[in-house]
Amino acid sequence: MTEETLTKEGLKTQEYFVNMGPQHPSTHGVLRLMLELDGEIIKKVIPHIGYVHRSIEKMCEKDSYRQIVHITDRMDYLSNHMNNEAVCLLVENALEIEVSDRVKVIRTIMSELTRLSSHQLWWGVMGMDLGALTTFLYGFRDREMINDIFEETCGARLTMNYNTPGGLMFDIHPNFQRRVKEFVAHFKTKLPEYDALLSDNVIFRNRTEGIGVLSKEDAISFGVTGPTGRASGFSNDIRKHKPYSAYDRVEFKEILMETGDTFSRYKARILEMWESLSIIEQLIDNIPEGEIQSPAVKAVIKLPKGEFYQSVETARGELGVYVVSDGTKNPYRVKFRSPGFSNLFVLNHLAQGYKIADLVAMMSTIDLVIPDIDR
Amino acid sequence: MDRENLQKIIATWGNEAEFSPAPVPANEETGTKAISGTQFLEVTIKPEHLLTYANKLRNEPELQFDFMFNHTCVDFPEHFMVVNHLRSTRHGHEVVLKVKLEDKETPQLETLSHIWRTAEYLEREVFDLFGIQYQNHPDLRRILLTDDWEGYPLRKNYEDPVNMISL
Repeated sequence: MTEETLTKEGLKTQEYFVNMGPQHPSTHGVLRLMLELDGEIIKKVIPHIGYVHRSIEKMCEKDSYRQIVHITDRMDYLSNHMNNEAVCLLVENALEIEVSDRVKVIRTIMSELTRLSSHQLWWGVMGMDLGALTTFLYGFRDREMINDIFEETCGARLTMNYNTPGGLMFDIHPNFQRRVKEFVAHFKTKLPEYDALLSDNVIFRNRTEGIGVLSKEDAISFGVTGPTGRASGFSNDIRKHKPYSAYDRVEFKEILMETGDTFSRYKARILEMWESLSIIEQLIDNIPEGEIQSPAVKAVIKLPKGEFYQSVETARGELGVYVVSDGTKNPYRVKFRSPGFSNLFVLNHLAQGYKIADLVAMMSTIDLVIPDIDR
Repeated sequence: MDRENLQKIIATWGNEAEFSPAPVPANEETGTKAISGTQFLEVTIKPEHLLTYANKLRNEPELQFDFMFNHTCVDFPEHFMVVNHLRSTRHGHEVVLKVKLEDKETPQLETLSHIWRTAEYLEREVFDLFGIQYQNHPDLRRILLTDDWEGYPLRKNYEDPVNMISL
């Protein structure tokens, strides 16, 4: 408790702390925020993280490169394919192995489907955080179709492990193309419903517009990447700046906003879903023939001595994998630059002077996945 | 700006920095062998020069490394290597600023949190897992582990008989 002061009317008042979390529905996991409050006005947000810290970086030092791929989708479980892809790309680039076009295109489709399913979940949960339970059901209804597609091809719905260094675990299921096309056609009719439910809703607009404005300079300084940073005008899309897999052969826009408030962070993700749909449409009929596993990758992978860095664009921002190799089958040091970690700590900067309900809206649009932050 | 010009500019600041070689593919005609080199230009300096170099990298108009996209540490047998990955959002070039810490018992380093705000939290993580003492840091506490945790888990000599599982 802090010191008592007197208000103008002579009443005693004092600032106080409230714990939000570790068990709080809007933190979407075990995140504890200590709020320093003056009445309902937030003075300071102190995030406490580490409740699901599994020391993944230390575990990686004991694992082979093939095993590391399997740990990565336990970090940001909503960007599972992209996380796997990051490690695979790093290994392939370090060994100077070129994978076939078929692998590149399938990886890109998978990544974009993952981005869609992540944004669908985010959209559903965002509505729920603000008190609109319907959006949750809508989001999950459409996400289920993507999960079914993944289940058929990858054999899993959450931890895919579909990418391997040098290619893919197995080829796509014969139904894959048909079902993806069905999904794209379906979701194109459903995405306008998302706008009708939330984007054009006056209550929603009042709770998000002009709230928690992040300037471009602060976004860069805090290292806020992904749609959260792009809503402030910070151009950081790795798919555009350092194209990997098949992103150099598709046309898509990098969604950039100017205002940087909660609503523009929301809108950036909605527009990104349209871009993802367009990328999938460009590729789904043009999956080239080719081998799905490069024979150049040996069973036991040894990277040359040196340091490697590979970044990919996950649904949350830039995921970087930094590996120091001493030439053996295990890495000497692995560091994951997780997007959620940097994005989380901008919260204190955003929330000062706003109310607790606004903090919930801000937290939703930063789109936190706690295992990604804690690693 | 390309790698060669970056190195030229940074080399004018003094002779403290060591630069990593650029990768060169093998040339069969002339018979030269390939040089593996490094992915980014790596600038290795001593801890006492860190603030000068960091400030110049951030503020020189033709460099403007305004985005620290990674900050971490590697525990080598003889020294700690603190690694800063920097990118310029204006010019698009990248550089790796490395600091070699010879003192393995009580490693100390100046904080960069006043130059890049994200460094405040990345440095807390490195302090938590490696025990690097950042000088003038605004809020140097453990971030992932509990406050009463003993030792620094990502150091190579760390032992924890209870929680560590060796395969």
